[in-house]
Amino acid sequence: MTIHETSAIRGMAESDRLRSRRLRNRIRHEAIQLGIVALVVVLLGMLAYAVKAGLAEKGIRFSFSFLANTAGFDISEGWTLTSDEGVVPNLAQFSSEMSIASAFVTGIFNTAKIALLAIILSTTLGTMLGVGRLSTNWVVRNLCFWIVEFVRNTPLLIQLVFWYFAVVLRFPPMASAAKLYGGLIVSQQGIYVPTLSWSGGVSTLSLILVTATCVSVLGAVFDPIRGMRRICIFAAAVCFGLLIATGGMTVDFPVANKFKASGGTSISPEMAALLLAVVVNSASFIAEIVRGAIDALPKAQWEAAGSLGLSRRDTVNDIVLPQVFRVVLPSFGNQYISLTKNTALGIAVGYPDLFNIYGTIANQTGHSLEGIIIVMASYLILSWIISSAVYWANRRLNPMGVSR
Amino acid sequence: MKLLKILTAGVFAGVAFTAANASASVLDTVKQRGVLNCGTDNTAPGFGYLNTTTGQMEGLDVDFCKAVAAGVLGDASKVKFITVTDKSRFDAVLTGQVDVVFAHTTIKPARESSIAIDFLPINFYDGTGLMVKTDAGIKEFANLDGATICTTQGSATETVLAAAFKARGWKDSKVLTYENLEKLFSALNSGRCNAMSTDKSALAAWAGNAPKPADYVILPDTLDKSPFGGFVAANDSKWRNALRWIEYGLFQAEESGITQANLAEKLKSEDPFIQKFLGSNGGGYGKDFGLSDDFIAQAIKAVGNYGEAYDRNLGPKTKMYLDRKGTPNALWTQGGAIYSPLWN
Repeated sequence: MTIHETSAIRGMAESDRLRSRRLRNRIRHEAIQLGIVALVVVLLGMLAYAVKAGLAEKGIRFSFSFLANTAGFDISEGWTLTSDEGVVPNLAQFSSEMSIASAFVTGIFNTAKIALLAIILSTTLGTMLGVGRLSTNWVVRNLCFWIVEFVRNTPLLIQLVFWYFAVVLRFPPMASAAKLYGGLIVSQQGIYVPTLSWSGGVSTLSLILVTATCVSVLGAVFDPIRGMRRICIFAAAVCFGLLIATGGMTVDFPVANKFKASGGTSISPEMAALLLAVVVNSASFIAEIVRGAIDALPKAQWEAAGSLGLSRRDTVNDIVLPQVFRVVLPSFGNQYISLTKNTALGIAVGYPDLFNIYGTIANQTGHSLEGIIIVMASYLILSWIISSAVYWANRRLNPMGVSR
Repeated sequence: MKLLKILTAGVFAGVAFTAANASASVLDTVKQRGVLNCGTDNTAPGFGYLNTTTGQMEGLDVDFCKAVAAGVLGDASKVKFITVTDKSRFDAVLTGQVDVVFAHTTIKPARESSIAIDFLPINFYDGTGLMVKTDAGIKEFANLDGATICTTQGSATETVLAAAFKARGWKDSKVLTYENLEKLFSALNSGRCNAMSTDKSALAAWAGNAPKPADYVILPDTLDKSPFGGFVAANDSKWRNALRWIEYGLFQAEESGITQANLAEKLKSEDPFIQKFLGSNGGGYGKDFGLSDDFIAQAIKAVGNYGEAYDRNLGPKTKMYLDRKGTPNALWTQGGAIYSPLWN
C-alpha cells in the first residue's frame, strides 16, 4: 500500500465522518425548526382558546354569520359587488339594504381605489422631486429640498387634517363655484370633471376615428420611431377632436344645482384631501429613495453622457433614470405598502375607507373582533398583491443572471 | 427554553385572568379599587363636557357618574372620568376599561342582543333632529332632498338617516360620518355638510355654545325617538341592580321633594317612608344591594334629585336650555315619563 492509497482511504473515512456529521447537524437543525413551528402553533391554539373562552364567559358570541345581515346604514361613496343578475357579479353603488359583507367590499374598494391612484401619482411626483433635488437650478433644488424636508418631518395625520379643513373645505360652496377650463367645477362639495360617453349609435366614421386615436396614443406612449412622439400626440388630439365634433362621443358636463352637481365624474372632498395628503407624504419619501439611487450612480455615467454631447435632460431621461429604476423598485414596493396602510387615516376626515366602514359595522353589530380580523386579512392581502406586483416588475427589469 | 417557559406562563396567566375576571361582580371590583371608572363624552355640552373655564367635567351624564360614585363608595369625588366616543363606548365597558358608561347612548334592541351589555333605566328622552345654517334657507327636512347630511360614526342616527332616505325615495342624499361632534360641527360650519344630524339635545347644546347661536336653526322634524340610558357589561345583575336603583332613587327623590338643600332636615324626618328610603334609621335598602344603608342619601347629597341635576345642566339658566314641561322628561306626576318604581 502506497502512501497515496492510505491517505486516500483516510480521506474517504474522513469525508464519510464529515458527511454523517453534516447529516446529524441537518437533522438536529430541522428538528429544532419543527419544534419551533409546533410550539408557535400550540401557543396560537392556546391563545385562541383563551380568547374564545374569555369571550364566551362575557356572553360574546364569536361568529361571522352577521356578514349576511342587512347593513341598514349608508356609505357616502363607493361601489360594491352584487350578484343579483345571474352568476357574474357586477358593480353597483352601495345602498343601505345590502348586506354587511357588501359594506366591507365597499370599504376594500375605496381603500384599493385610493391606494392605486396614490401609488401612480406619488411615484410621478416623487421622482420629479427626487430629480429636482439634484437640479443645477438653485431655486428648483432648494424648493424640492424644503418640500421634502417639511413633509417628511411632520405627522401624516396632521397633514391630512390640514389638507381637509384648511384647503379642500375652503373651496367655494356649490352655489358660487364657477366652472373652470370649460367644465371643471371645484367646490367644497367635490371636484367635478366632465366625462365622455358613447352617444349610442356606431358609425363607420366614428369607428375609424376611435381606431386612429388609439393608434396615435399607443404611438405616443411607446414611441417606436424616435421623435415621432409629438406628431403622435398631435394626431391623437386631432382624431379625438373630430370624434367629438362629429358626434361619435358626447362630453357629459357637470351642472351645479342646489346641493351638488349632476353629470360628469366627481371626487369627494374627503377623497381629494386623503389623496393629497397620502400622495404628498409618500412622494417625499420616494424623492429620497430616488435621490439616494441617483447619488449612488457612478459619476462617470454623467461625464460619459456629457462627453457624448447629451443634454442634461436627455442624460436624466435616457441614462440616469433607466438605471435608477432598476435599483429603487424594492424600496418603492415598501413605500407602496406603507402608503396603502396609511390610507386607514381616512377616518379622520370621514373618507369611507375599509377601516372607517369597519368602525360603523362594529358599532351597529357589536362584532368588533370578527370585523378587525376581516380588516387585517384584507390589508394583508392588499400588501401581498402590491409586493408580488413589485416583485414581478423587478424580475422583468432585472432578469436573473444578468449583471447590471 | 427560557422563552418557552415565559410564553407558556403568559398564556396560562391570560386564561386564569379571564376566568377570574368573569366570576367577580364589578360592584366588588369598584369597592375594592375605591374609585369608579366612569365612561363619558367630553364633547357633548349638557351631558358630558369639559368646561374650559372651570376645568371641571360637567353635564347630566357626569352627574349620574358622580351619583353612582357617591352611592357605591360614599364619596362623589371618587370618580375617574374616562372619555369614550360613540365608537369606543361598547368596547370600553366590555373590556373592563370602564365600569359603567353614561354617554347619551340610545337604547336599541340590537345593542342589548348582540353586544354583551345591559342598559340602565332611561335617564333622558330625546329625538333625532337636524340642524342647518340659517343662511341656507332650509325650513324642514323635506327641503333636504339631495343634500349631504352629516352625523357621528357609530351612532344610531346613521341607521335612522338611511331609513329616512329610503322611506322618501331620496337617491342623491348622502350620509357623511365623522369621528366626533366637534369635527361634525366644523364640517357644518365650513359648508361641507348641508345639515348636521344627531340628538336634538346635542344640537341645542352646540348651537347654544356657538359664538352666534342665531346662525343655526334646528328643524322642527323629529326623525326618530332616542331614549338615553347608561349601560354596564352584561350578566352582572348585582352591579346593574345597584346602579338601576341609585338612578330610580334620584327620580323618587324629586317626586318626594327631597333636595340637596333639605336633605339634612329630611334625614331627621319621622316619616317611615322617608326613613327607609334614605336609610336614616338603620333600615335602608342598601344592605341587600351590597351598598351602605344611606346610599340614596349619599347620591342626593352629591348631585341632588333628578330635577336638580336636570336644571343644573339643561335648565333655563344654561346656554342649551331644554324645557322639561310637556316632554317625556317631566316627572310622571306632571305628565312626563320620569318614573320610579315603588320604594315601599
